[in-house]
Amino acid sequence: MNRPAGLASVASAALASSRFAVPGMRCAGCIAKLEQGLANVPGIAAARVNFTAKQVEVSHDPALDTPALVKAFAGLGFEASPMGDALAGPADGEARALVKALAVAGFAAMNIMLLSVSVWSGAGGITRDLFHWLSALIALPTVAYAGRPFFQSAWRALKARHTNMDVPISIGVLLATGLSLFETITHGRHAYFDSAVMLLFFLLAGRWLDAVMRDRARDGVSALLKHMASGALIIDDDGQSHWMKAEDIRPGMKMLVAAGERLAADGVILEGRSHFDQSLITGEAMPVAIGPGGRVLAGTLNSGDAVTVAVTAAGADTSIADIARLMQDAGQGRSRYVRIADRAARLYAPAVHTLALLSFIGWMLAGAGWHESLLIAVAVLIITCPCALGLAVPAAQIVTTGALMKAGVLVKDGSALERLAEADTAVFDKTGTLTLGQPAPADLSVLGPTEAGIALALAQCSRHPLSEALRAALTATGTLPQRVTLVTETPGEGLTGQWNGRLVKLGRPAGDAGAAMASALTIGDAPEILIRFADPMRPDAANTITELAAMGVPARILSGDRAGPVAAAGAALAIPAQGGLDPAGKLAAIKALAADGRRVLMVGDGLNDGPALAAGHVSMAPGAAADASRNAADAVFLGASLAPVAIAIRAARATQAIVKQNFALAIAYNVIAVPLAIAGLVTPLIAALAMSGSSIIVVANALRLKGAAR
Amino acid sequence: MNGILVLIPVALGLGLIGLFAFFWAVGRGQFDDLDGAALRIFIDDEGEQPREGPDAAP
Repeated sequence: MNRPAGLASVASAALASSRFAVPGMRCAGCIAKLEQGLANVPGIAAARVNFTAKQVEVSHDPALDTPALVKAFAGLGFEASPMGDALAGPADGEARALVKALAVAGFAAMNIMLLSVSVWSGAGGITRDLFHWLSALIALPTVAYAGRPFFQSAWRALKARHTNMDVPISIGVLLATGLSLFETITHGRHAYFDSAVMLLFFLLAGRWLDAVMRDRARDGVSALLKHMASGALIIDDDGQSHWMKAEDIRPGMKMLVAAGERLAADGVILEGRSHFDQSLITGEAMPVAIGPGGRVLAGTLNSGDAVTVAVTAAGADTSIADIARLMQDAGQGRSRYVRIADRAARLYAPAVHTLALLSFIGWMLAGAGWHESLLIAVAVLIITCPCALGLAVPAAQIVTTGALMKAGVLVKDGSALERLAEADTAVFDKTGTLTLGQPAPADLSVLGPTEAGIALALAQCSRHPLSEALRAALTATGTLPQRVTLVTETPGEGLTGQWNGRLVKLGRPAGDAGAAMASALTIGDAPEILIRFADPMRPDAANTITELAAMGVPARILSGDRAGPVAAAGAALAIPAQGGLDPAGKLAAIKALAADGRRVLMVGDGLNDGPALAAGHVSMAPGAAADASRNAADAVFLGASLAPVAIAIRAARATQAIVKQNFALAIAYNVIAVPLAIAGLVTPLIAALAMSGSSIIVVANALRLKGAAR
Repeated sequence: MNGILVLIPVALGLGLIGLFAFFWAVGRGQFDDLDGAALRIFIDDEGEQPREGPDAAP
């Protein structure tokens, strides 16, 4: 009975609303479990799952802070990541506005078309006038409402003194509407309201597909967002602790970092010793043991014990923020890329306008009178209006992104696909990109059954990455743990315990293990058994590299890891490799390649790859990559395999081929239709048929890409 | 001819009703989670949610 009372108190206060990404939901059961389970947590009023975006919106008591909410998710068995306001904002505003405009244009086009059919089939006199007036009544508000996206974009382009696809569209639509209105008032025979509105409908369809493609990929990417230190537990001078957002943390504060948490600020360890996984920053696979006095960086993962850290730099001063600035600078080159549709428009728009103007002048000179000449000029504009062209690119690209999404590649926008098709050099990071980024035992046969059982018993008591890798590998082989008691863990040293009255130890090898990743198992006085670890290559890594080479995209490795392992990886894949690079070094290497005229595809996962990802002509990141890297990348591929990289390039090239075919189709149609228009033979009926016919052909051609991502 | 004068406004009005229904649905976010909507019919114990119906509060 206390739950309704609790709810009432929650409802009386203002509710706060938070969004969480929950990538783990897969079925209807998960929806029910999340919504009902969360609603049963005291302080949470309601939870609403968006399954498509893999997000949960929770309205809750403002006193409930983010970690408590994440814990509530964990209690239900789901990993949840809070989403920043920037991502949770009005995500689908553009697509929503466009779909409304599309609905209006569709409604208007259908009604005007019905009226037009009667006019075409011979209605005359007062009936025709009535139908024209009705059409005008529907068309004028429609053009004003549904045409806005084009008018605004065209106006922006004109103000910046260049032209884009929207300029001829806007001029065509406005002239056609204006002239039709004049025709209606003067009881003329031809009104083009249907063409103007249908044109808007087809073009809005293309524009909407474009927006949907962007939203869908962005939702997918943000749903993967992992909690990357949106805040920390700050300890006050009186020993009390409270949660603080990352942007409020100041140097001099003390923060408590629990095991498994990421640091929200740079600092120096005051108390405690732990392992820090710095792979996001440096690209090194092996966690580093750091004790009191040691420097730790924001964004690194504490994989050992809880430590207290004195904050030395926070917010914009952290080393992560430095990398972010490098990324921002590096990304400016890419924003200069001009999309293929706009490149086409630069040639197309002036040609079309000249043609229309010339036919007007020509008919005037031929003595047709200004009314007749203007009518023909408008017919030329409508016929050439890039209706099929407007659909040519987005229709092809959305079919491909849909196919790629099913294959596990999320492409962020159409421009990314175009640039992906142009790539001629691939640059890979090593740790986490070519490799899985998680160590795995190289050879388990060094352990006998009893020893394996002891190792498993010890390893399952620790969260050290090597222990977890060992536990996973041993469990997979069906090993049962031995009875080991009194297990203690010393950070940086290892685990000790008692087995049958003998001291057993799993930890750092006594001798020099050749700097490779290894741990040693010692049983009593017996000599230690060395268990070596390796960071395994992603499945299909070698195949993908060969396939890329066959496609004319030679690969190379640029890594921040030590030179030895990098050279080994390069040798294994038979490609050039360079190690020991910091983020600025990688950026410089990419820029040098670009200066050689190469179009670089950068594939990387770490934060240290961020600037290089932003600088590459196009970039991809694995789904497990750092947030910043995923945001900088043009595409994200999911799963352990590297094969999606090659699939994405192949699909992007196929798309580009279809886009070019579509352009060719649109131009061929113009070559046939424009002379008719100039000759004055085009009536509104012919214009409507030509326009819808060419659009349908272009869309049908684009649908052939459905199987592109195989 | 008189029939047309009645029928055209009726047709337009019906179309407009459909258009406004669509606007309303878009504004209410009914197209935001199409995959989820398809799965929600499998949740058969929604009646257990205490705040779903007026008779749920004991």
